[in-house]
Amino acid sequence: MNTIVCMKRVPDSATRVRVTPDGAGLDPAGVKYVVNPYDEFALEDAIRRREEAGEGKVTVVALGPPETAESIRQALAMGADEGVLLACAGSHDALSVARALANEIRGREVDLVLFGKQAIDDDNMQVPQMVAEFLGLPCATVVVGLEIAGREATARREVEGGHEVVEFPLPAVVSTQKGLNEPRYPSLKGIMAAKRKPLEQRDVTLDAPTIEFLRLDEPPAPAAGRIVGEGVDAVPELVRALRDEAGVL
Amino acid sequence: MPGALAYAEIREGAVSRASREAVGLARRIAADAGGETHVVALGPPGTAEAAAALAGFGADHTYVGESEVLTLCQPDIAAAAIARLVEAGDYDAVIFAATAQGRDIAPRVGARLGRSVASEVIECRREDGAIVVRRPMYAGKAIATLRFTPGPAVMTIRANVFAPAGEGAAGEISNLDLDGLEGRVRTAALEQGDRDRLDVSEATTIVSGGRGMQGPEHWPLLEALVEALGDEAALGASRAVVDAGWRPHGEQVGQTGKTVSPNLYFAVGISGAIQHLAGMRTAKVIVAINRDADAPIFGVADYGLVGDVFEVLPALTEAVREARSGD
Repeated sequence: MNTIVCMKRVPDSATRVRVTPDGAGLDPAGVKYVVNPYDEFALEDAIRRREEAGEGKVTVVALGPPETAESIRQALAMGADEGVLLACAGSHDALSVARALANEIRGREVDLVLFGKQAIDDDNMQVPQMVAEFLGLPCATVVVGLEIAGREATARREVEGGHEVVEFPLPAVVSTQKGLNEPRYPSLKGIMAAKRKPLEQRDVTLDAPTIEFLRLDEPPAPAAGRIVGEGVDAVPELVRALRDEAGVL
Repeated sequence: MPGALAYAEIREGAVSRASREAVGLARRIAADAGGETHVVALGPPGTAEAAAALAGFGADHTYVGESEVLTLCQPDIAAAAIARLVEAGDYDAVIFAATAQGRDIAPRVGARLGRSVASEVIECRREDGAIVVRRPMYAGKAIATLRFTPGPAVMTIRANVFAPAGEGAAGEISNLDLDGLEGRVRTAALEQGDRDRLDVSEATTIVSGGRGMQGPEHWPLLEALVEALGDEAALGASRAVVDAGWRPHGEQVGQTGKTVSPNLYFAVGISGAIQHLAGMRTAKVIVAINRDADAPIFGVADYGLVGDVFEVLPALTEAVREARSGD
């Protein structure tokens, strides 16, 4: 089985986000970049399936600036076989990114296209569904369980207060959620092997979006709160404040 | 004049609060342009009866697609039906609640229409005729401002931010043609856990527990507080607690969990890691209870109480129960 894992390089979730003074975007100073955490579940799933089947290929496709190659190397170190970097400045617009990814995937022999359910920078949660539409493939999102028997797949996806079970034939697009598996850390052997694995780099140009990015702002600083007191003795004052000042009880 | 279309979710025969918020925003956008508010609802036979209630929320026209296969949500059929409706109509906004369904369907509709989608919108206004939205990025550590080019503005809206539609004149209801629409995936089953309790993403009050709770066996203390806070309250959890296996991931609030904007958020025994703060800082009122007076959570809390959670929680639960019964 051949799997494509679409991956994104994102600021680590511990990043203290600072916006550039002109509001153009994130100030990159001091930001540590990582493989998008949700994409690690997709990578782990693809690698495990190949290991269990003893055949097949895992291809990592990532779109972004040239430094994205480092993140692809990490995925190769986890165990993916080859990488493709679609080099461009990147975009906050999911539609144009999805179109570029679909163009890359179209024509490849692939059984499963995996994504993390969302990238933790833009938080769009759109690209997998859009790629599936562009390719005319079945799509299951926010998946925490995936079973494949022959050419039929069954996925469990997270919904409010429970799970949905969805069935679909391969090839298909699946977006992965925490709970699907425990992603591995790259081994030293894996890191060494990754250096020799193929990583193809190609420039892409994204279509103009139908939504314009005007600016980015930091959220207003939280209004200064107060400590109502210590221990059980402060409970009546807390409840009074919630009811009478804040009006939320 | 272009109008606005809202997608309404009917659950167990009732219109969800999130859907009423979508209808409320659609009404406002449509009114700005002097256009009509339309609503689309899909479900099994009988959905039209629930949709009658929807029409009472001020929609000029409600389209109802009924089919046996729509007993559970079928995202492809929904996306195709909605895209077809948008192409045949004149809408400058297509609004979904940012629920599991809305998040799944809206991008499919966007791709079909060749339109970008704005997710988890928290502000929406018109500027020189264009629809301008604001939405959180980096789990709320930054807010983006975006402007749609002319054409339908497809968006999902964050729960509990926009005012739900109030009663309005009842509009027309008509049948939505689903002929020729087939799903590439089939939703076969819905496994619902404890639906007596709201999901953390739907609740207007959240009680979240962290490491300071010292173990899953102490969660009944938090459950009792949730109970005392009423039907709109739900349990949340920090990442540390979920990673330790004390609570399910569905309850996790934070950058790799759910981002929430309840009216009232209790952080109990949560120190306030940056990724947790990102997920809850837009709560309207934040209460922190922690024994460590230096915990970062106090920096974002409106009301802080320094103390032992095991002593404070039972007293707080009792006091909340009294305060609420006194209404």
